[in-house]
Amino acid sequence: MRQWPRVAVLAFVTGLVLLPFAWMISLAFTPEHEAFTGASLIPQHPTLDNFVAAAKTADLGRAFTNSAIVTSVAVLTNCIVPVIAGYAFAHLPFRGSRLVFYALISTAAIPVAVTLIPLFLMAKNFPLAGGNDILGHGGSGLLDSLGGLMMPYLAGTMNIFVSRQYFSGLDRDYAEAARIDGAGELRIFTRVYLPLARPLIALVAVFSFTGVWDDFLWPLVVSASAKSTTVQLAITTFASSGNTRYGALMAATILVSAPVLVVFLLNQRRFIAGLSEGGIKG
Amino acid sequence: MDAAPAGSSASAAAPTTGFRKLRKLGKPRRRRLGSRYALIGALFVAPAALYALVIDFGPVLYGFYLSFTKYSPISRSGPKPVGLDNYRTLLSDPEFGKALLVTGRYVLQVLPVTVAIALGLALLANKAFRGVSLFRTALYVPHVVSLTAVSMIWLWIYSDQGLINDALSLFGLPPQKWLVTEGSALNAASAMRVWKALGSNMVLLLAGLQTIPRDLYEAARVDGANAWQQFKAVTLPGLRPMLTYVVAMDIIFLAQGFSEIYVLTAGGPLGSTTTVNYLIYTEAFQYNRMGNASAMAFVLFAFIAGLSIVAIRLGQGRRT
Repeated sequence: MRQWPRVAVLAFVTGLVLLPFAWMISLAFTPEHEAFTGASLIPQHPTLDNFVAAAKTADLGRAFTNSAIVTSVAVLTNCIVPVIAGYAFAHLPFRGSRLVFYALISTAAIPVAVTLIPLFLMAKNFPLAGGNDILGHGGSGLLDSLGGLMMPYLAGTMNIFVSRQYFSGLDRDYAEAARIDGAGELRIFTRVYLPLARPLIALVAVFSFTGVWDDFLWPLVVSASAKSTTVQLAITTFASSGNTRYGALMAATILVSAPVLVVFLLNQRRFIAGLSEGGIKG
Repeated sequence: MDAAPAGSSASAAAPTTGFRKLRKLGKPRRRRLGSRYALIGALFVAPAALYALVIDFGPVLYGFYLSFTKYSPISRSGPKPVGLDNYRTLLSDPEFGKALLVTGRYVLQVLPVTVAIALGLALLANKAFRGVSLFRTALYVPHVVSLTAVSMIWLWIYSDQGLINDALSLFGLPPQKWLVTEGSALNAASAMRVWKALGSNMVLLLAGLQTIPRDLYEAARVDGANAWQQFKAVTLPGLRPMLTYVVAMDIIFLAQGFSEIYVLTAGGPLGSTTTVNYLIYTEAFQYNRMGNASAMAFVLFAFIAGLSIVAIRLGQGRRT
């Protein structure tokens, strides 16, 4: 086939796929009354009113702060706990380590619904939190708190898999050499292998960021008020209030999606490479 | 993947290409380390393993136990064992049966369309030309934006003055209430999921296509195979592992549809879009029937595992 029909078809489909986003942007800048009488893709009287309205309603500011905190903590812990485990599976095998490894990555096959209820009960009965006693009774535990939101995000098992894959590709002789020089194992990991693992850390960070930022079901279950609302929860409050104001809703959707889009566009190569490698999630 | 770009992004491409080969070379040299190293290895794994024990394995076991009990978190008493009652009730529960059917239909009507279109796009993009990565990136955008957020856009698209009714009016057709009509609501959600999954499926299939050696096509051409014969004899067999992976992943995600249902239809009208996941959510968190909801979750688990195994078997079967 010639080049141009190929490109033309791809360009057409890509245009169709991007069309909803074009309308999202258009509506966000279209005055509310105009949106009801028939909006056009290029707003006739562009306005920022929708963004102002979006910021005022739905505790969007609060949601952003909460999501930023929860996501940051999750990114940080995911870049440490699964990565060091993956390193050990690759370079410091122990008796039964293969079995442990396969057991850990098998958890990726468990549907969310299976662990959702037990995790909810665990958050609710978390000892010494939210007015609970040491046995986890009497209060609301981690429900409706940032701690509760973070609870299941801290160390994704797929990150262990990706980390082991990565470290398996790095030469063992570095470790041998460092050992002969008398370096301890933690030192070998942090000083020799970690500096070589920057692409891995970036991949884990990017996937953890989007995974946690985009999650909806767990915040829906655990959050009960503005105190622990997240960005994804916040945008649904626009839609569920009967007469939907699409302009403000689209403005909020843009604000909420902007961080992941920026992270994706800055790291798209890494992202797509990681996806092909098996780091697919969400 | 494509050729390594210059500069810093070269290292970013390393996870896919470079060290696969290295790993193969490294394997024969593997030797037993001393027990001291083994202990340290176990210590390095311990935090992740303990966390998984608490957050994954424990909850699975506890959830399994709950599925044999009656339990409301509001009541003062704990879970009350009822044996197989929950599962037995599910067998004759029309609501659950319908949710399973809706979930199955959802998977079966989104999956083939998505994979077929994604495969077509991947084939088109496989011949390297300037700007191909631009298309790949653009098509991938719907996958990156959260399901909740894209559902908001489609909520407008399907609304009275939305994109689709607007387009219909151009042809003089009356507006439809897509999301509140029993016949169209699930199809509306399905169309959105096709759109959302297209890019990631295409990217994966493209990666699969690029692993097929070029000389195989050469050889087929020398043997006089036309484009269709080449596709059947070279492309499909070479793509089979990735195709199987893509289908299995799609099944796992689609069978757990929730956010889009929550946003677009809230399970209605008349339960016509109530997926099993949505039913579990209402059962557990609106009606506080945790035991019953847990049983549903394990049936869903079996359902997803069953579908995935069928897909993987089909994917591997014809190769031999």
